[in-house]
Amino acid sequence: MQVTSRKFKESAHEAMADEDLRAAMNRIRTAFTTARADAAAELPEFESLRDQAAEIKDHVLDNLDYYLEYFEQKVVAEGGHVHWCSTAEEARQAVLKICRDANARTVTKGKSMITEEIALNKFLASEGIEPIETDLGEYIIQLADEPPSHIIGPAVHKTREQVTDLFHEHHQQYGYQDREEDPEKLVGEARTVLRHKYVTADVGITGANFLIAETGSTVIVTNEGNGDLTQSLPKTHIVVASLEKIVPTLEDASTLMRVLARSATGQEMSVYTTFSTGPKRKDDIDGPENFHVVLLDGGRTEMLGTELQELLRCIRCGACMNHCPVYHAVGGHSYGWVYPGPIGAALNPQMVGIEEARHLPNASSFCGRCEEVCPVRIPLPKILRYWREKTFEQQIGPQPDRWAIEWWGFFAKRPWLYRQTTRLAARVLSMIAGDKGRIRSLPFAKGWTSVRDLPAPEGKTFMEQWKKHNREGR
Amino acid sequence: MSPMSGKIEVALFVTCLVDLNRPSVGFAAVKLLEQAGCRVSVPDAQTCCGQPAYNSGDRKTTRDIAAAVIEAFRGYRYVVAPSGSCAGMIKKHYPALFKDDPDMLLAAEDLAARTHELVSFLADVMDFEPDDVKLDRKVTYHDSCSSLREMKVVNQPRKLLDEVDDLELVEAEDREACCGFGGTFCIKYPEISEEMVDRKIDNLLATKADMVTAGDLGCLMNIAGRLHRRGEKMKVLHVTEILAGMGKERGIGEGDD
Ligand code: SF4
Repeated sequence: MQVTSRKFKESAHEAMADEDLRAAMNRIRTAFTTARADAAAELPEFESLRDQAAEIKDHVLDNLDYYLEYFEQKVVAEGGHVHWCSTAEEARQAVLKICRDANARTVTKGKSMITEEIALNKFLASEGIEPIETDLGEYIIQLADEPPSHIIGPAVHKTREQVTDLFHEHHQQYGYQDREEDPEKLVGEARTVLRHKYVTADVGITGANFLIAETGSTVIVTNEGNGDLTQSLPKTHIVVASLEKIVPTLEDASTLMRVLARSATGQEMSVYTTFSTGPKRKDDIDGPENFHVVLLDGGRTEMLGTELQELLRCIRCGACMNHCPVYHAVGGHSYGWVYPGPIGAALNPQMVGIEEARHLPNASSFCGRCEEVCPVRIPLPKILRYWREKTFEQQIGPQPDRWAIEWWGFFAKRPWLYRQTTRLAARVLSMIAGDKGRIRSLPFAKGWTSVRDLPAPEGKTFMEQWKKHNREGR
Repeated sequence: MSPMSGKIEVALFVTCLVDLNRPSVGFAAVKLLEQAGCRVSVPDAQTCCGQPAYNSGDRKTTRDIAAAVIEAFRGYRYVVAPSGSCAGMIKKHYPALFKDDPDMLLAAEDLAARTHELVSFLADVMDFEPDDVKLDRKVTYHDSCSSLREMKVVNQPRKLLDEVDDLELVEAEDREACCGFGGTFCIKYPEISEEMVDRKIDNLLATKADMVTAGDLGCLMNIAGRLHRRGEKMKVLHVTEILAGMGKERGIGEGDD
């Protein structure tokens, strides 16, 4: 997908003026946070499960090659294939080759962030293969030709009216002439249209929430059951997954699932959990005849052993964005690449370059709520800070900002000089404010005064009053 | 503890915002600490905890400032700051800054172990309760993010405010949400910060409280500045000022008008 992170400020500005988006973000802010808090409170061992979840992931990351090879052996033993891809391009080509071998005209797709990451839909379409998203949210944004704005709710930014318009525009070809407004009927309409596509699709592509080394299985969790149909009806099933999705055992996957759904939506479990292990066996009544796992590195192994390794624990639950006040304000598209919210702000600079994504780690108040709710305890603020240090070191971003800090630092390191300066500043600011007690506009502090008054200093600094107070004896 | 006075030796980390903008918070802090039985020193060599540089990614300047703070506060039994954010910086982030320098790390960890946020220090360490303080106001308390998440200051200020006569404490919706200050963040991304502080203010106003307080001057200046810009009448004071019986003082950003 086209990267627009550079325009973060402009996109955020537009997003904040969009009333529909504000309403949508308000829903996330209230509904998801309460749901997660309730779910966490109901499970006494939730906090210790989070520790276990993080440990499982850390263990895997420390032994990634071992588990990946183990996984591959198991997949092959079950009759499937594993395609190792270091780059997005390799992954796209691998998928294309499988589709060509299957003579595919249409492919159905379950929800998958990795296929967003490698921009698979556009690519397949350009190769004459029609991709059809089957997750309702993904389907909606596919019709709208937009990227997802949330990792578990790709169309959370869309209002019911907008969906009505989209369906009306795109479903007339299937005989739906009326503008449908009832949400349930809209879902029904999408179901019927998609049902038809399931049975005609030649290839089904899904993502994976987990890859299980001990069994060679891939696991997806959904709330719509679309994943099941996507992978069991077509003759060929392709799982596109990034390599850090691997876990050693079924047991580990279930531990992670227990924190995943609770953190994401407050559910104890997602409605559907689907395991796929190899192609259809002799006695199976259904299932794909070919089973492929396209395993994407996409810059991830580069993160191993660095300050960024902990990001690879992410299980893409979305809790960090659900709880992020910046995400609530600017919505998902402002981040300008596949992953929005705190995880995006921490990950995208690595994926698209810090120069391009420099705003993302900077646009944070470091409130720390993301880290507080992250089921695998990723220290997101620490990683945002890491990127800020990189931008500072590499002199990315406005020079005056860096000068200001260096200039301030010069004084802060010299207490005597600092005292003289602050004494002066306190007086001047207090004089400007006069008897108002606050300043409405200050040329060199526009960032502050553009939206708020500046409460003015009382006039004398604490340190000078304290000295006087001590001199005069207490 | 100083054998001469029998009192507990506390060094006050004034914080740069209190020093420059609202010295009365510093004096309120001194008053409360003395009431609680402490002997208060204010080391002369302090300026700021270094967060402006730290949050801007200037690690070198941050380390220099941190080293100076560590030096300035060597030897005091306790170091107390009227701010969860500055106390959190010293307690949680100084050690991280010196991971690769064993000597400095030791000194940073030593300082971290002695450092406290003021209100929690009064409540937890000194077992202090305000005595004979009265304020006939309906007050809501805003949790600053660093007080809440880094310093785990939640119940202490509420408990102490509860001891103030005639004061009615009410809780706002979504009280764990950030007010949008974030240090340099609010200057670099004013629009996003505005959105955040407006949401915070809407929740504060919905309580029908006539005063908001918190333990961090940064948040309070942000909230007060925006309240004034919106023409709201809610009064803003640092929690230390209320507890020290200075609740009738002019609110933050308030003038004669
Ligand atoms: S960073 Fe943590 S909270 Fe955010 S999506 Fe990943 S696992 Fe969930």
